[in-house]
Amino acid sequence: MELLSLSAVELGAAIGTGKATAVEAMEAVLGRIAEAEEELHCYITIDKEKALERAQSVQRRIEAGELTGPLAGVPMAIKDNLCTEGMLTTCASRILGNFVPTYTAQAVQNMERAGAVIIGKTNMDEFAMGSTTETSAYGITRNPYGREHVPGGSSGGSAAAVAARECFFALGSDTGGSIRQPASHCGVVGMKPTYGTVSRFGLIAYGSSLDQVGPLCRTVEDCAVILGILAADSQDGSQGDSRIEDGMGRQAVGEKPQNQEIFGAESHSPDSGLNAGQGIRQKTGQNAGQKAGGQAVRKDSTYLGRKDIDFTSALKKDVRGMRIGIPRDYFGQGLDGEVRRAVLAAAECLRENGAAVEEFDLSLAEYAIPAYYTIAAAEASSNLERFDGIKYGYRAADAEELHQMYKKTRSQGFGPEVKRRIMLGSFVLSSGYYDAYYLKALRVKAMIKKAFDDAFARYDCILGPVAPATAPKLGESLDDPLKMYLGDIYTISVNLAGLPAISVPCGADKNGLPIGLQLIGDCFAEKKILQAAYTYEQLKKA
Amino acid sequence: MSKQYETVIGLEVHVELATRTKIFCGCSTAFGGKPNSHTCPVCTGMPGTLPVLNRKVLEHAVAVGLATNCRITRYCKFDRKNYFYPDNPQNYQISQLYLPICRDGYVEIDLEEEAGETEAEGAETETGRKGTKAGGEETKDERKGTKAGGERTDARWGMDGEKAAPRRKKRIGIHEIHMEEDAGKLIHDDWEDCTLVDYNRSGVPLIEIVSEPDMRNAREVIAYLEKLRLIIQYLGASDCKLQEGSMRADVNLSVRQVGDTRLGTRTEMKNLNSFHAIARAIEGEKLRQIDLLEAGEAVVQETRRWDDLKGASYAMRSKEDAQDYRYFPDPDLAPVSIDDAFLEEIRARQPEFRTEKMARYRAEYDIPDYDIEIITGSKSMADLFEATVALGAQPKKASNWLMGETLRLLKERELDPEDIRFSPEHLAKLIELAEGKIINSTVAKEVFEHMFEEDVDPEEYVEEHGLKMVSDGDDLRKVVEEVIAANPKSVEDYKGGKERALGFLVGQTMKAMKGKADPAVVNQMLKGML
Repeated sequence: MELLSLSAVELGAAIGTGKATAVEAMEAVLGRIAEAEEELHCYITIDKEKALERAQSVQRRIEAGELTGPLAGVPMAIKDNLCTEGMLTTCASRILGNFVPTYTAQAVQNMERAGAVIIGKTNMDEFAMGSTTETSAYGITRNPYGREHVPGGSSGGSAAAVAARECFFALGSDTGGSIRQPASHCGVVGMKPTYGTVSRFGLIAYGSSLDQVGPLCRTVEDCAVILGILAADSQDGSQGDSRIEDGMGRQAVGEKPQNQEIFGAESHSPDSGLNAGQGIRQKTGQNAGQKAGGQAVRKDSTYLGRKDIDFTSALKKDVRGMRIGIPRDYFGQGLDGEVRRAVLAAAECLRENGAAVEEFDLSLAEYAIPAYYTIAAAEASSNLERFDGIKYGYRAADAEELHQMYKKTRSQGFGPEVKRRIMLGSFVLSSGYYDAYYLKALRVKAMIKKAFDDAFARYDCILGPVAPATAPKLGESLDDPLKMYLGDIYTISVNLAGLPAISVPCGADKNGLPIGLQLIGDCFAEKKILQAAYTYEQLKKA
Repeated sequence: MSKQYETVIGLEVHVELATRTKIFCGCSTAFGGKPNSHTCPVCTGMPGTLPVLNRKVLEHAVAVGLATNCRITRYCKFDRKNYFYPDNPQNYQISQLYLPICRDGYVEIDLEEEAGETEAEGAETETGRKGTKAGGEETKDERKGTKAGGERTDARWGMDGEKAAPRRKKRIGIHEIHMEEDAGKLIHDDWEDCTLVDYNRSGVPLIEIVSEPDMRNAREVIAYLEKLRLIIQYLGASDCKLQEGSMRADVNLSVRQVGDTRLGTRTEMKNLNSFHAIARAIEGEKLRQIDLLEAGEAVVQETRRWDDLKGASYAMRSKEDAQDYRYFPDPDLAPVSIDDAFLEEIRARQPEFRTEKMARYRAEYDIPDYDIEIITGSKSMADLFEATVALGAQPKKASNWLMGETLRLLKERELDPEDIRFSPEHLAKLIELAEGKIINSTVAKEVFEHMFEEDVDPEEYVEEHGLKMVSDGDDLRKVVEEVIAANPKSVEDYKGGKERALGFLVGQTMKAMKGKADPAVVNQMLKGML
C-alpha cells in the first residue's frame, strides 16, 4: 500500500483495520522528509527517534484497543507556535530559540489523545506575523508547487508539509488568514473555525481576539474529522488543574452555540466600541454557579465548549437550495484574472448543482485591513511584552542594567516585522491616540460584523477568493510590507467578525501554482461551509 | 500663615482578597512558602497560557460593593495595564479601567466633634440610642507622634467609654472598586549582587477601592479606613492587615484656600503601612503644600514616597515622567455579565454587620456596652467571643478575658485582634478551670499567656506542669509548718499584732507551693496554726 497517497482518514482506517501500522506510517513520512525536507524546509524541529517512539507507543495502544478513533496512529505536524511539552517551541523567533514548554497546547493534547502522532514543529512567520513564512528566524520554506515561490503564511510550513506529503495533516493558527492563505497557495484544505471553537491554551498569542487553531489537510473529510477533535471539550479532570478549587468553572458561554445573541448583543450593545473580545460573555449565573470541587476548569475563558461539533455529519454531496452570496467587492481591482476565473468557475459548478448563487455588496472590505492591523498589532504589542529575557528565552549577554537588558534582548531577539507591529501596536494604544485608532478600529470591527450578519440573513455561505493572486516569488514581499498586508484583504474580515471559513483548492494558474476557493459561514455554521466545500471537492474530483 | 487653607484628601485602598487560589489560576495564595513554590505557567507569564477568572474574586468584590452602597456594573471587563518590570511576569497587569465592577458608593463615618470644629456640611449630630458609643473608629489628632502600634491600639481601644461626646456622621464617597492582580516580589541579594524574583504573590487577587476626594483631615481618613476595614473583615473578604500589606492605602492630597471650589494640584503618597504613618504623612504633606503656596510656588503633581522614620516624603516621579500604560481591554478574558441571580446570591450571603451585631449582643448577652463596643470592633474578636460562649462559657467571663488579658497582650506585642491564635475551645476550657477553682487566678493568667502564644490546651498544660491548686491535705500543711519553722521572726511579729507579717508568710507558702495553692486556704490554715 502506498501510504503517502492516503488522506488522514484513509490512513487512520488502514491502521484501524490492521492493514498498516502507526510505525509504518511514521517511517513513510520520515522517508519522505529525508527526500524533500532539505529543499523545502517545512519544519523547524524534527526528532525522528522520538517520533518513531511515539508511533510505537500509539501502535501498542491501538493494538490494546485503547485507541479506536479515526486518526489513531496518523502522523501530524504542529505549527511552532503551539506549545509542546518537552519539545522546542520557538514561534520561529530568535527570542524563543531555547524555549521548551512544560505544558502542551490544548489543541495538540486533543489530537494526541485521539491517537495522532507528532512528527515535529513546522516553520512559520515569526510569531505568525507575515504572509509568506519568510519572516521566520530559521530560514524560508519553499512552495512544493513552485520552488521559487513562497508557501504563503504564516502557517507556511504546515501547508507545505501537507502538500509535500511530509505529514498527513498539520495544525496551524489563523489570525488574519494564516491557515487559509497558505492552504490556498499550497493546494490543500485549510479551515479557521468560529472564534472560541478551539481552546487557545498553549497557542502563543499574536492577536488574542482573532487567533484560532485549525487544520491544514488533504481533504474536506479530513478537515471535518480533525476539527471535531480540536473542538472537543475534553475536560475530564486529568488535564484540568486539580488545585483549582474556586475557579470560574465552566464560565465560558455559548451553551447554545446557535444563539445569535452571543455575538449579536456585542455589536448592538452601547459599549461595543470598548469591547475587544468577540462578545463572548462569562456568565455569572447558572453556568458559573457550580462550585468547582472536583470539576476541572477550562484554561481559556474564550473557549466555548461547543456541543454541535459532529462536523462529519455535514459531509454530504448536496448543495441543492443552498444560498450562496458572492461579494462584488471581492472581485474588483487587484484580483488576479486567473484567480478570478477559477473562483467564479467553482461558483458556477455549485450553481449548476442546485445552489442559488447571487452577487451582493458586502461593503466595508476596504476598511478591514486598517482595522485588522490596528487591532492585531495592539494586542500583539501587549502579548509580546512577556518576552523580556527575564524568565525564559533569549537574553542579551552584555547588558549593564535592567532597561538596557530589555532593550538589547528585544532588539536582538525580534525580527523586523515583529518590531514593526509592536511599534504600530504600542502607538495605537498610547494615550492620545487610543480613541483615534484603537477604539475606531473596534467600531469598524463591529460594523464589519454587522455587515456579515446582514449577509447571513440572506445567504448560507459567502464565496470568494482566498488571496488576490497565487503564491508570490520568494523575496518579493518583504521589501513592501504594505503590499503584503493588502494580500490579506479577503481573509482578515473573517477574523474580525469571528466567522468560520474554509479554503479549498479550485485549480491552478498557468505556472501550476494552486488557487484556493474561500467559503465563509456565519458564526457556528461550520457545517454549511463544510457541506459546500465537500460537495465542490467531490464534483471536481468526478 | 495669612490665609486659611483646607485639605482635600482622596484614598486609593488596595485590599488583598481572602481566596484560597489566585485570581487567574489555581495556585495557592498562602502567605510565605518557598520562593516560586506557589506558581504555575499562568502566574509566571509563560507563553500561550491564559487567565481564567476566579469566581470567588468576583463574589468578594461584589459583596464589598454592595456593603459600601455601590452600583454593581452588570457588564464589566478587565483591562491590561502595560509596563515593563520584572515583578510583573507578563509585563502587563490585568486590572479594570473602563468598566470597573463597582461604582458610585459611599460609607458613613462616625466622628467625634472636635472643639471649635467648623465643618458643618454633611454633618449631623447623632442623637440616637448609641449615645454612649465611643467611636471605635476614632483617632485623635493629639495622639499623633506616639508609636505606630500603640497609636493603632489607642485608636481602637483606648477611649473612655462612658463619656458621651457630641458626634457627627459624614459620608465618604466611593468613586469605584476594581479587581486586579498583585505582582511578584523582587529580592536583591547584596551578597551575590543580583536581583531575584519571587512570583508567589503574582496573581494574588486585589480590589482597589478609590474614594472621592471627600476627606478633610487625618481623623476622617483613619475613620474611613477603619470603617472599610471593619466592613471587609465582617464580609470575610480580607483580613485587612496593614503591616502585612493585605490592606494598603495611597493618599491623594491637595490644599486650597477655604472657600475655593476648585481642587488644588494633588500629590499621591505611597508606602504608608500603618494608620500612624498615614496620619503623619497627611499632616506633613499638608504643611509642605501650604508652605509652597505661601512662598508663591506651585505644587507639582507627582507621586511621593513617605519615609516614616524620617517623617518626610520624597518625590518618586512627576506627572511628566508618568508612564503611558497603554490600557486596553484584555482580549483573553471574556466580559463578565452579572445576572440577578448572582447578585441575589451575594446579597443573601451578606453577614450581620457591626450595628446589627451590637444590638443583638445587647439583647442576648449580659455584658456592658463598653465590652460590646470593643468586641464587635473586630470581626475575629466577635467570632471568638461568640464561639466561646457557644461552648458554654459565661458571656461576662469570656468578655473579661478578651477585654483584659487579650487586649493587654495584643497591645504589648503590637498585634491586631486578627492575629489572635488561641481557639475558642481553649478559652472556654480555661474559663472552666478558673471558675471551677481548679487553678487560681494567677495561674490562670500564666496559662492564658501560653495559650495566647502557642494556643496550648489549658487542661493539658495545667496537667503537665502540675498547676492544679492544692487547697488541703497533708502536703499543704507540711509546707505551712515548714514556713512557720523557717520564719520565727515573722511569726513573732504576727503574734505581736503586725497583720502584715501574715501576708509575708502566705507569700512564702505560695512560693513554696509554686503558686498552686489557693491563697485564701493558706491564709486560713496559717491563722489556725498560729
